[in-house]
Amino acid sequence: MAMSRHVTGWLQALPLTVVLGAFLIAPIIMIVVVSFWGATEFSIYPAFQFDNYSYLFGSAVVWKVFFATFKYAFITWVFTLAIGFTVAYFLAFHVRTQAMQIALFLLCTIPFWTSNIIRMISWIPFLGRNGIANSTLISWGVIDEPLEWLLYSDFSVILAFVHLYTLFMVVPIFNTMMRIDRSLIEAAVDNGASAMQTLRHVILPLTKPGIMIGTIFVVTLVMGDFITVRFMSGSQKANVGRLISNDISLLQYPSAAATSVVLLITVLIVIGILLRFVNIRKEL
Amino acid sequence: MSKMRYSRRSILKSGAAAVAASTLPAPMVWAQEIKDITLRQFGTGVSNLNEVGQKVKEDLGFTLEMTALDSDSVTQRAATQPDSFDIADIEYWICKKVWPTGNLQAMDTTKIKNYDKIVGIFRSGKLTPESTIAQGTAPHTVGFVEEPGATSFADQETEWMTLIPTIYNADTLGIRPDLINRPISTWAELLNPEFKGKASILDISSIGIMDMAMVCEAMGEIQYGDKGNMTKEEIDKTFAIFTEAKKAGQFRAFWKTFDESVNLMASGEVVIQSMWSPAITAVKSRGIPCVYQPLKEGYRSWGGGLGLSKSLSGMQLDAAYEYINWYLDGWVGGFLMRQGYYSAVPETSKNYMSENEWGYWFEGKEATGDITSPFGDVLAKAGETRDGGSFYDRMGSVACWNAVMDENQYMVRKWNEFIAA
Repeated sequence: MAMSRHVTGWLQALPLTVVLGAFLIAPIIMIVVVSFWGATEFSIYPAFQFDNYSYLFGSAVVWKVFFATFKYAFITWVFTLAIGFTVAYFLAFHVRTQAMQIALFLLCTIPFWTSNIIRMISWIPFLGRNGIANSTLISWGVIDEPLEWLLYSDFSVILAFVHLYTLFMVVPIFNTMMRIDRSLIEAAVDNGASAMQTLRHVILPLTKPGIMIGTIFVVTLVMGDFITVRFMSGSQKANVGRLISNDISLLQYPSAAATSVVLLITVLIVIGILLRFVNIRKEL
Repeated sequence: MSKMRYSRRSILKSGAAAVAASTLPAPMVWAQEIKDITLRQFGTGVSNLNEVGQKVKEDLGFTLEMTALDSDSVTQRAATQPDSFDIADIEYWICKKVWPTGNLQAMDTTKIKNYDKIVGIFRSGKLTPESTIAQGTAPHTVGFVEEPGATSFADQETEWMTLIPTIYNADTLGIRPDLINRPISTWAELLNPEFKGKASILDISSIGIMDMAMVCEAMGEIQYGDKGNMTKEEIDKTFAIFTEAKKAGQFRAFWKTFDESVNLMASGEVVIQSMWSPAITAVKSRGIPCVYQPLKEGYRSWGGGLGLSKSLSGMQLDAAYEYINWYLDGWVGGFLMRQGYYSAVPETSKNYMSENEWGYWFEGKEATGDITSPFGDVLAKAGETRDGGSFYDRMGSVACWNAVMDENQYMVRKWNEFIAA
């Protein structure tokens, strides 16, 4: 006898539910639970206390660090969007043949064949006090003294972020641009719109879902990162990820869990706000 | 008596294998089974060297698996995953943190062949009978327990040792003499505005705080009761001084790993920083001048040792004792001393070093020929002497030991804030 439609439906949803439950929901619940625990120097003990949170919200340093995290995310977003949009626009509208489009697109992904860390660390000798950038500028006579702020500064952190994450902006924007009906652009041109007007009133609104997806990628990646900040700032700057990793390395798991919970909520709020602007599901 | 007394090596050496086979069947079984034994050791990179593992296989027959981690991860693992290792190669301050968890078992000193030859620092606490004991977690204070199973430390030497000391050294600041061009003689120079943007300190709280304390004390800003066990006020004052310096741009970067410290120094990003002895060696071996500068306030010292997991027993435990006896027998000591560390039993290491090497590394004499590391790099040429001089000069002027303090959690929080400030 055939199973009722309800049972079939539940069964079909079961595998995904189990996977998500085991690998997403359960760990998050665990993190939330541990965030209320206490810690000694070398062990953690179950408890229900708000010490971790009260420290988190009471410390001026923590607020500063959250602010720095937003700062990195925002500046990186601005640059990756500008570069990503331009690259995608070029690929989608200026490159005529599809073969060429695919070839150039693959070219963009080549740096991603090596590890994140390698791409990041290779900036260090380049930007250093006696690095290629400084020695070139000095030999050109542009500067007399090496520029100190090129490395181990906010500049180098953001440079690395932009370098690492621009592709995450290019791909979704390129994808949506490719699906824009070309006749719409012809119509705009026929109606006398300038190239700039077409871009602003036709292409930009139609690309919004791609921009939004790219934004979510970049913002979440930057807000959750810790290794880029650590290496490119020479451990001198901090974002929330570094707070967490410092806590973990010092066995302060409950404190790390509490910070993670706050970070998770913050990122969810940010994404919630972003989704207010564009209904991604409708546009997809 | 342990069947380890008849290890394969000693039997073969004495040529008594045949006799042993007829009268003592057990050792032969042992010789068969020993090949199957694997001991898992983990620790910091300094002494977890593959060469040691290979030599163990050659000399003792069993397998030593080694994992190298940074100090924080080592502490974490020793404290939380006792079943993941057989031998922990940890520092004494880590031992102070980890021992109370009961994850390690005390060792019977009567089974340690060279116990009597271990230097005084690790037994009475005194290098020579006249020495004074430095501040901080001095190794002898956490080196013994009253009885097996005890989770607190004994006040004096007993028959039960927590860690068998293997390696130690006296640390100071590393400098680039070619970029500084003047003598450096005090820890206070680390915060000298002359080196603005060219100084660094290590980002490992328990060690970094000690370097900070050496600096603050040298500047005359703070008088500590015990640098290794600061009060909250002392911690606050120390961080206030360093946070101010950080905000003024004194530091180029902080480093967490050995390689980072080498790169900072070799690239000229930094000219004065906290550093470890082999990192100086690594910079020098690239042909870049680098000095491990002795300073008038003295050294910050550290020591490490081997601890046994509580789950070791039977034949594995015997193998671990055999390994420890082998460790103190000189080969490893020589191997480590030729990299600039000290061995717990220097006199056995001497047998594995040339007269020139012993003179240079231990006695502080001028090298009579090229001094090479165990890996073949030339570290010093004839006529050069070791920075800081002889063993007794260096280990005799230790101002404090790496430590973990009662206010450790408070300090760690402050450290985190300092890094984020």
